[in-house]
Amino acid sequence: MEDTTSLEQEKENKEQEEAEKPWERKIPSSSQDSEPASSDPWEVEQGREIGPPPKNSPPRSPQSKDSTYLDDLRTPASPSHSSPRELSFIPSVLALAKQNLAIPSPSDRTTNEIPEAGKLHPDLLEQPSDKKEPIQHHSSQPEGNTCQLPQQPKPLLQRMRNVSHNDKPKGQRFDVFQEEDSNSNYGLDQTEPGASEAAPSMLETAIRNAKAYLLKTSSRSGFNVYDHLSNVLTKILDERPEDAVDIIENISQDVKMEHFNKKLDTLQNENEMLPTYEIAEKQKVLFLHGHLEGADQELEEEIVENSLPNIMESAFYFEQAGIGLGTDETYRIFLAFKQLTDTHPIQRCRFWGKILGVEMNYIVAEVELREGEDEEEVEEEDMAEERDNGESETDEDEEDELPKSFYKAPPVIPKEESRTGANKYVYFVCNEPGRPWVKLPSVTPAQIVVARKIKKFFTGRLDAPIISYPPFPGNESNYLRAQIARISAGTHVSPLGFYQFNEEEGEEEEEPEGGRDSFEENPDFEGIQVTDLVESLSNWVHHVQHILPQGRCNWFNPVQKNEEEEEEDEGKEEEKGEESDYIEQEVGPLLLTPISEDTEIQTIPPWTTRLSSNLIPQYAIAVLRSNLWPGAYAFSNGKKFENFYIGWGHKYSVDNYTPPVPPPVHLEYSSGPEVTEMDDPSVEQEQAFKAAQEAAALASEENEETEEDEDEEDDYD
Amino acid sequence: MDAESLLLSLELASGSGQGLSPDRRASLLTSLTLVKRDYRYNRVLFWGRILGVVADYYIAQGLSENQLAPRKTLYSLNCVEWSLLPPATEEMAAQTAVVKGRFMGDPSHEYEHTELQRVNEGDKAFEEEVVVQIKEETRLVSVIDQIDKAVAIIPRGALFKTPFGPIHINRTFEGLPLSEAKKLSSYFHFREPVELRNKTLLEKASLDPSLDFMDSLEHDIPKGSWSVQMERGNALVVLRSLLWPGLTFYHTPNTKSYGYVYVGTGEKNIDLPFML
Repeated sequence: MEDTTSLEQEKENKEQEEAEKPWERKIPSSSQDSEPASSDPWEVEQGREIGPPPKNSPPRSPQSKDSTYLDDLRTPASPSHSSPRELSFIPSVLALAKQNLAIPSPSDRTTNEIPEAGKLHPDLLEQPSDKKEPIQHHSSQPEGNTCQLPQQPKPLLQRMRNVSHNDKPKGQRFDVFQEEDSNSNYGLDQTEPGASEAAPSMLETAIRNAKAYLLKTSSRSGFNVYDHLSNVLTKILDERPEDAVDIIENISQDVKMEHFNKKLDTLQNENEMLPTYEIAEKQKVLFLHGHLEGADQELEEEIVENSLPNIMESAFYFEQAGIGLGTDETYRIFLAFKQLTDTHPIQRCRFWGKILGVEMNYIVAEVELREGEDEEEVEEEDMAEERDNGESETDEDEEDELPKSFYKAPPVIPKEESRTGANKYVYFVCNEPGRPWVKLPSVTPAQIVVARKIKKFFTGRLDAPIISYPPFPGNESNYLRAQIARISAGTHVSPLGFYQFNEEEGEEEEEPEGGRDSFEENPDFEGIQVTDLVESLSNWVHHVQHILPQGRCNWFNPVQKNEEEEEEDEGKEEEKGEESDYIEQEVGPLLLTPISEDTEIQTIPPWTTRLSSNLIPQYAIAVLRSNLWPGAYAFSNGKKFENFYIGWGHKYSVDNYTPPVPPPVHLEYSSGPEVTEMDDPSVEQEQAFKAAQEAAALASEENEETEEDEDEEDDYD
Repeated sequence: MDAESLLLSLELASGSGQGLSPDRRASLLTSLTLVKRDYRYNRVLFWGRILGVVADYYIAQGLSENQLAPRKTLYSLNCVEWSLLPPATEEMAAQTAVVKGRFMGDPSHEYEHTELQRVNEGDKAFEEEVVVQIKEETRLVSVIDQIDKAVAIIPRGALFKTPFGPIHINRTFEGLPLSEAKKLSSYFHFREPVELRNKTLLEKASLDPSLDFMDSLEHDIPKGSWSVQMERGNALVVLRSLLWPGLTFYHTPNTKSYGYVYVGTGEKNIDLPFML
């Protein structure tokens, strides 16, 4: 910038000098004319006014005059003597203004014009920053040619006014001045001419004082007004923002901030950017992954083709319905899935959805592992049982001392085997594509039962505790798993006929009870018209088993093991629990039941169907939105279908959540002689009692034999 | 989100999973341009979508030059024809507070609410059941107003107060620095300040009157009703309201792009205290 300006500056200087000639010729004359006007009182006043810059805000009138001046300058109709000036004036002034600001101490020759430039450019740029005019004007003067100094302030102003009235004869100029000055209230020459001899030195000192004041360094920040203003103006002229005056405060602030930024950069930048690079680095691995394994790609493909779902394709369909993550994010997830299928023995997997958390989100993959790959589950179950046992053991230790609780925990309902019921699939989650996939533990019925009673936000940390009432058995990973199971059971639907029960395979014990739980794709499925799918909910069926109130998909009869615990069991079952004393078997809707049979949520239908586009219905797809689990969607184009969930992982209810009431308080011990408080017996009573006891002892001795006889008789009955 | 930068904004807000289908996007871009012309708005915001059982409401808002002046709200069911909604009143809010459940998607749908009203007849006072009809349009107006007041937010510095009072877009706003973007105190409620007046002089001392003229999110009740997340490896900050689930605010630090969109059922999460 400075180079160009210096080049320009040279050029402009020449022009300026040329253009200046008429001025110079004129200046002496006018200044001489007005010599008496530049008197001591004026200087003093001016100095005072400049002194505190904020006060020195002249009224609006000069501005308007300046603008008329500008107009005049631009109109070619102005008289001949101003026209040569006019041509070179505007550009030169601008250039000089720049130059002046960029280089605070320019050479002698140019400084003479600088005040002018400083004065004029704001007008040219249409920014009436009144404050700056006088400051620029005066402060730069002392550096100028001292010979002209005494004359300068005045002539400048005069010229300003002159030009606006330059159609008037030259001879009248002085008069014009007098009039104008008195009108314009510019604070320059209300005073009458005084002693002209002392003027130069006084003016000079006043100017020096003013500049010295402006250059005074702030004790707090170390800046001064002079430099700051020149920086601000440089910035404005460099950047040329629109309507700069509207944002001059901010520019001023920015200029100040720049001083600080440099210092902070070294302190802050490193830390701030670290996570950005970290995740970028991790995701880079995803993108590189394909290339690294180029060698055994053929081998890989066989597996990959089976297991890796075409997420982009389903994302495309969901996008038609206005659902889904951005293309970019989806692709990253896609890559993350590739990583998952490459690193784990996976038979089949599916993008289940995304669960939003308070701190982080979960991306959930539904996975079917290859045969024989699922173990390690047993340990967890044992842990849970041990915990329960532990509690009862501690009770037994203190048995002899304290009264024993009659409460017996309801029997623990065993969790379902992997690959059946709620544990049919294994779920992997990760917070962000590129981060490690974590396998969720399989779900226990108790977790599902409690999850139904609580409503908590996910945090995004799998090990976060769930603090709730009733207490949740496990941490967030378990809760997440339970919610996933519930959402899947409630919202995974497919078009009617897509799946069929497989005939040959059937588990004998289960079939009569919970309905068949295995199905296969129907090879003969011919697709359903999209309009039919939209119009009738009976064309959609659930293909995930309903979870019974017990927390299992296949009913487990707790009575088989220990029959005494029958009575306690009622409390355990809620929600549709049609439990009599005999524990009736819980029955849910069978697998592949049409969703038209789903229950309503207080007059709100459980599903909303929509055609993805009304504008072009012939290529639209059917979209199903669950109202029970907001965020659960399904689409079908007649042949293909997919389910997807994105949301907070909570069930919808019309009424607000009410935490369950605590169970009823146990009854007090029945009041009897052992636990009732009585008055201490008086001495007479004690003696009477003693006497009565002795009498009774005597009597009992006699009676004993007869009682025993009776007992024996009873036994023999 | 600004209607003009709709496509970019939707991409940035897509992390919550609720976007717009291509045909909706296209029709919005077209129709909102016309809305801006016909209603002579300075700026048109695509406000969001309220999911109804039968149909969805698409909401747009028109802003005048003064950004905090009352906003005009329009709704549309097909993203093409827009109708102006009346301004919300307190009476409406009180009236619709009794309505529960989902929106239907039909502005003329009437909710019935049975109310017990005390009737005084001479000395006797008895209660009578009165069925109140509440139009869904009224509820829509009221809910939009509530959401605007509770969770419409902007980053600090995006707007500034001119010395004459009106609030304008800050042209020199260059986005929040990364360190600020994670703090709730860098975000303001996009509404007339309510809490600011209750602050003590000591608290106000550090505020910049031209920037800090609105309430910050810092003291929102209940505490923790916002989820602040950095997405795409700190390249995007996303705020989600837990009080009005469905409201997503996004901001790319160090750039001018910011905005919010609401896609949800139009129901407040009154269970929030239990869920944190």
